[in-house]
Amino acid sequence: MKLAIADRILLIFFHELQNYFILAGRAVARIFRRPFYYREFAIQFDKLGFSSLFICILTGLFSGMVMALQSLIQLKPFAATSYVGGMVAVTMIKELGPVLASLMVAGRVGSAITAELGTMVVTEQVDAMRVEGTDIIKRLVVPRLKAMLLALPLLTVVTDVVSIFGGYIMSAGYQINPVMYISGLPQFMVFQDLIEGVAKPAVFGAIIALTGCYVGLNTKGGAEGVGAAAKQAVVLSSVLILVCDFFIAKVFVVFRG
Amino acid sequence: MANYSDHGRDDGGGNRTMISGDSIRMEKLCYSIGGRKILEDFDLDLERGVNRTILGVSGAGKTTILKLLLGLLTPDSGKVFIGDLCITGLPESSFMQPRKRIAIVFQGGALFDSMTVGENVGYRLFEDGQLSQGEITKIVLEKLSFVGVESALNLYPAELSGGMKKRVAIARALAADPDYIFFDEPTTGLDPIGVFNICNLMQRLQAEGKTTLMVTHDLTTAFATSQRFTFLHKARMLFEGTEEEMKSSSIPEVREFLSPTDRSLFYDVQVTTEKQQEQAEKL
Repeated sequence: MKLAIADRILLIFFHELQNYFILAGRAVARIFRRPFYYREFAIQFDKLGFSSLFICILTGLFSGMVMALQSLIQLKPFAATSYVGGMVAVTMIKELGPVLASLMVAGRVGSAITAELGTMVVTEQVDAMRVEGTDIIKRLVVPRLKAMLLALPLLTVVTDVVSIFGGYIMSAGYQINPVMYISGLPQFMVFQDLIEGVAKPAVFGAIIALTGCYVGLNTKGGAEGVGAAAKQAVVLSSVLILVCDFFIAKVFVVFRG
Repeated sequence: MANYSDHGRDDGGGNRTMISGDSIRMEKLCYSIGGRKILEDFDLDLERGVNRTILGVSGAGKTTILKLLLGLLTPDSGKVFIGDLCITGLPESSFMQPRKRIAIVFQGGALFDSMTVGENVGYRLFEDGQLSQGEITKIVLEKLSFVGVESALNLYPAELSGGMKKRVAIARALAADPDYIFFDEPTTGLDPIGVFNICNLMQRLQAEGKTTLMVTHDLTTAFATSQRFTFLHKARMLFEGTEEEMKSSSIPEVREFLSPTDRSLFYDVQVTTEKQQEQAEKL
């Protein structure tokens, strides 16, 4: 009996996984196909990307400050406080910047995408679009995917820059001058780290958009169903971001040699 | 009945396309959700010019029929034909063109929240991309004028009343000049004047050569707008015929539906969720 339940759960899991990758594949394949829905893309870029700028600045600022504060306390006994700039930069650019910005955006944007599409499903707007001859993936998924692919790396760069600035604000209190703070950066980083810092949020952006769209388009029930779907999308995309973060980091470590 | 067999339509590229076998039909269709039978061996033939209503109590599966006819749902077995093309099992992209002969007015209107009334009505024309902005605006105004809500052109759906939403939905359905228009409970939730207006609109559409298929449990609207009637009960078609045949039918469920003397029929609707089923079993 227990085996049958486990079998059923696994079957549902792999069925959902398969559908998720089918949606992802179709969306990626349609990125370069007409019509491009420029207006929809611009609206989504504004709604999903630009509107998340403030929370990313706040996240970056305070993450950088706390990172610098903790590093300074650890480095002070070794008289190595001049390395704080490099430590903050490498940690934020490679790891915390992409992950924190993505988690913040996942919470804000992932739920919004799911709620919007979920509402469209339960009010039959998606069915109406299909009857009107619209390719739902091209019209609803692709503009959101493109917006996130572009917006999240940009937001992450902003988060990184602000966090390095936040780190400097804390370091200034420990008599570290700007030149000393900045000069620590190249000692800790290589060019590949910058690539990693931009590649990760691009992948995370795709995860947020695709998860939001997938869960939203499969919403069932009324208002309660939309609420449950939004919650599910945030949890799922957050977990996927953390899991993928490890694997992307591992790939970059392997290539670094 | 008028003969519409010579009716063709523009395929968007300036060519008149004809689809032979000018009807929409279902053959031996079965559909279930989570083991619960919604439709069983259901046949339906929607001929051009014959306006039909599918009747049945709430939850009988009437809306499901419309969605199956449009290919929005996939049946468990059986076939759906648009003209001579069997759409069952085909990818949606391969029957988008023939499906453009059909438009639907959903129960709640299903207007796109993020677009104005004008953008909603001209949606398909914008998507097709064959007409200029000016031509689309002209058609949109013409359709809005036909349903009597031209003043709502720049309003958003949230700013409209229920009756206006349904009228705009009808205008949107008309914009691409379809041959068939499906109506899902078009008069539900409307006041008597709203019901009269919708009935009047449907009759005007029929006079212009559109074939309508309506699902409803509102007998007044049904008898005012249709020539043939299908009665759905417990996933099966129980009756098919004209108004007179229906009124003189000896089928107990049909008689009960037309003039309910007790409420047994309404309590006989299949439960919709497992939870409700459990509750029913306990009772």
